[in-house]
Parts: sequence; structure tokens; C-alpha cells
Amino acid sequence: MSAFLEIRDLSARLRGTRERVLRSVSLQVPPGTVRGLVGESGAGKSMIGKAVLGVLPRAVEIVEGEILLEGDDLLKASPATRRRLIGAKTALVPQDPLTALNPSRRIGRQVTDRLVDILGWDKARATTRALEMLAEVRIQEPERVMRLYPHELSGGMRQRVLIAAAFAAEPKLIVADEPTTALDVTVQKQTLRLISELQARHGTALLFVTHDLGVVAKICDRLSVLYAGKVVEDTSVEKFFATPAHPYSAALLAATPRHTDPTSSLRPVPAAVLDAVGDEIAAADAAWRPHG
Amino acid sequence: MAEAIFSIEDLQIEVPDMARKPLFGPAPRREILKGLSFEIARGSVLGIVGGSGSGKTTLGRALLRLMEPTGGRIVFDGQDITHLSDERLRPLRRRIQMIFQDPMSSLNPRLTVGRIVAAPLGARSSDPRIAEALDQVGLSRAFAGRYPHEISGGQRQRVGIARAIAMRPDFILADEIVSGLDVSSQAQVLNLLERLVAELGLTLAFISHDLSVIRRLCGRVIVMQAGAIVEDAPTATLFDSPAHPYTRELLDAIPTPDPSVRW
Repeated sequence: MSAFLEIRDLSARLRGTRERVLRSVSLQVPPGTVRGLVGESGAGKSMIGKAVLGVLPRAVEIVEGEILLEGDDLLKASPATRRRLIGAKTALVPQDPLTALNPSRRIGRQVTDRLVDILGWDKARATTRALEMLAEVRIQEPERVMRLYPHELSGGMRQRVLIAAAFAAEPKLIVADEPTTALDVTVQKQTLRLISELQARHGTALLFVTHDLGVVAKICDRLSVLYAGKVVEDTSVEKFFATPAHPYSAALLAATPRHTDPTSSLRPVPAAVLDAVGDEIAAADAAWRPHG
Repeated sequence: MAEAIFSIEDLQIEVPDMARKPLFGPAPRREILKGLSFEIARGSVLGIVGGSGSGKTTLGRALLRLMEPTGGRIVFDGQDITHLSDERLRPLRRRIQMIFQDPMSSLNPRLTVGRIVAAPLGARSSDPRIAEALDQVGLSRAFAGRYPHEISGGQRQRVGIARAIAMRPDFILADEIVSGLDVSSQAQVLNLLERLVAELGLTLAFISHDLSVIRRLCGRVIVMQAGAIVEDAPTATLFDSPAHPYTRELLDAIPTPDPSVRW
């Protein structure tokens, strides 16, 4: 099956500098699959999600490449078309459910907003859909919850509301940016299972940004390992955990604590590995000729 | 068991529940810690684990006597510190140090690393103890002249550790100190703590929500839920045969970095 999201040779840089923050990134996400974006902070994993959703910070400009949603290149489309494509076909599950919800508005309105304002549904239809979705994310008494304010819900419930809002319009692609980092482990497990279940049932393509390799092992099909904005490895989850191909991937795995194996020492990423990947990036930068 | 540096008996903390305060009259009391008893052996590393709102941070604040208990006793090195006045606590403060979760907000952005480490000692940044402390956490002398924003997150966390050990404390409380770090920096900081505990004979209480990290570092673990200790066991026992259902639930929920393990 062809990919719903395809990114080809995407490079971005800080405006007015030559410093690239994304270095010829390519990846595909077919429908019904989950791709993890992993790497340390500053590696550019969130940046890719933001580029897809068209919400890059002003300081970053895309210099070349293609972001294709079902074959339509977002970067070549007019701003109006781009907004329509992104609004209709994608959604975001953000990291922090408290800051992502407006504290002064009721839950119901925040779930139906997108449906009414962007997709132009009438209110009754949007409300019915919101109730359906809240029930699907296993929120008890959805009618009552629709009338509550965010502070009246627990962190886990707030995240489920945002998941319901993301899936409500049947988007073909969801970008989840560290959606469980702020949650307790027990709630994290329930939330990840829920995302996984909905994603499979709705056949959604999911781009999952995380720094936690444990989470990747549980939820992703494929992953891209990023370092300094470059994809150093693009592989299946099984292969990555069994035989990571890139030395940097192997080093990341070795630095991850395992409660099942306390004697294996936690090894920080060795300087030699960082030097080697730094050289690799310098070589790629030297060979890079931006077209146009 | 080695001699206890901390003995906690029936520790209780209650606060007024301002969310339920009636317009007139006192607010109802809300129990945050519900009668905790445990000991921390000298030279050991104790893990304190639990979900958010379980009271682990409040327990840490009580150990440091940043909060005064409303019941029970805290004995530090033979001395009852439960209700000591601030003045009488002051000489003890040097011996009980803390490392904070977020080094960016716990290091003064306007001071150099050298002055940050020197401040609690009341020393100049040229004091040999500063260079020694930086040495012990693996930061070269050159770092003494830098500001917090000029160094990485892992390095900032090591400055926090240097500031704590420069005081030559008997006890250090570390509250979620690696949760904001990347795995590689996390590994460095954990290896460093492990080495310092062995070399300096420190006693450490390590608060974390991450059981994988606890397993690696701690000799004993207490598991908290809703303000009570539900399990207190040596680390190996806790992981191999957890006794309390909540402990089992926590263990089951860890995402192991291995796709073949069912979850």
C-alpha cells in the first residue's frame, strides 16, 4: 500500500543562517502503521512533526524537499490549500494535556471546535460525534464530562479527551508528540494501548515522537533514529532492538536502563560514536547541494 | 543492618484543604502522609517510588525539614529533628543536602558555575573545595567560569550534584533528578551518583517514578500510594517477587525496550 505521508529529502535551516536543523530527511508512513521518531533532545524529532502540521517556528525555514499527503505536496500548495489539507487530513496529540486545553472553556466545545470551525459540520452532528468519541476513549458519562472544565479532570482523562478530539474527524494522519511523557507509568500504559487500539481500528497513519525506546518497542512498527536533524537509521522495530545497524542506535540502546537486567551497566553514548556520527554529518553537509 | 542515619516513625503530614474550605470556619484537614515508618541505613541508597500525588515529594520535603510534620518523629543521626526550630536546624542543614529536578530553575542564571558551587559554602570561587567538587563530578576547571545557559542539561545536573557534595553532607535527597535528561546524560549522571556514593560514603534517597532507574541504583525501595507505604523491600526482592498489587501494577506498566515482551 502506498504511504499516506511521505517526506522526501526535507531540509530546514534557521532563517538567515546556513545551519541546517533538518538534514535531507526522508520517511514514509503507510495507512494503519506507526512510525516512531526517536533521538535525543535537539535531534529534530518534534521539528519533523511540526513541519508536517505546518506549525514550524518562525525562525525555521524549509529550504528544500517534499511533504506529500496522499500525493499532494504541502510545500508546493498555496497557503489556503495547505491549511485545508492539513486541517482535513491530520491531527495532533500534544505532549502536555493541561496546556493544550483552554482552561476557561468546557470540554465539549473543545472537542467539537475542529469539526465545526474547520470541517464546517453543524453543531448537532459535531456533538453526537464528540459523545461517540468520548465513549470510544472510555470516558464514563460522556454527557457530563462534556460540560466540565479541564481542571476537573485527571491528567490521564485530559489526555484521553485530546485523543478523542484528534480522532473525531477521522484524520488519515495523527502526529503524537511525546503524548505520555507527563503521565504516570500505569496511566501511560493505558493511554498507549488506547492510542494503539484506535489507530488500528481507524487505520490511521501515526507519526509518534518519543525519546523513550521502551515506548517505541510497545507501539511502533518502524522507526527513524535522528541525530542532529539527520535520519541515521530507518528500520523496523524488530530489527532495531535485535540488531541496530548504526553505531549511534546501538549506543542509545546501551544507555537505556532495563529493569529486567540490572547488572548490564548503563553506558553513556561513547565519545567515539559521537565523533563518528559528527563526521558523517559533516560529510553529508559538504556533499549537500541545495537545488534552487 | 547498618546503623540508621534516618529513623522515621509514624510520620504524618496534614494540610488544610483550601479547596473545601467553607466561607466561615476552618478548612477541613487533608492527610498527605498517613503514618510512615522506615529507616535509611548509613551509606545506602533508598529508592522512593510512586505515582503522581502519592506523597513522595512531600516525604522528601519532610526529611529535609522543609515542612514540619503534624505527627510522628524524624530522627536524624540520633537527634530528634521533628519540631526543631529553624535556628537549631541551621547547623544540620549543611549535613542534609538536596539535588533538584530541574537544574535550569535551581541554578542562578546570573552566577558562574564556580560561584554557584561556592555560594552555600560562603566561599570564593577560587576556594580549592570548588575545584575539587567539580573534579568529583567530572567537570573540568574550565566550567567554573561558565554560566548555566552555556552548558548542557546533563552538565547542569552535575553542577547541582557538585554544589551538594561540596558541603560534605551525610545525606542527599535527589528528587527526580534524571527525569528531564536524555538517556545518555541520564546514564552518565546515574553512574556518577553510584561512584560518589561508594567513594564519599554518602547516604542517598532517590525519588523517582522510573523503576528501571531505581533498580539500577538503589539497594532498597519503598513504594508509596496515596500517602502510605505499601511496600518496603530490598530492590532485588521487590522486582523478583513484588508483594503488593500496586507494586505489581507498576512493574507491569514499565515499557521494556524489547518488542518481544508482551505488554
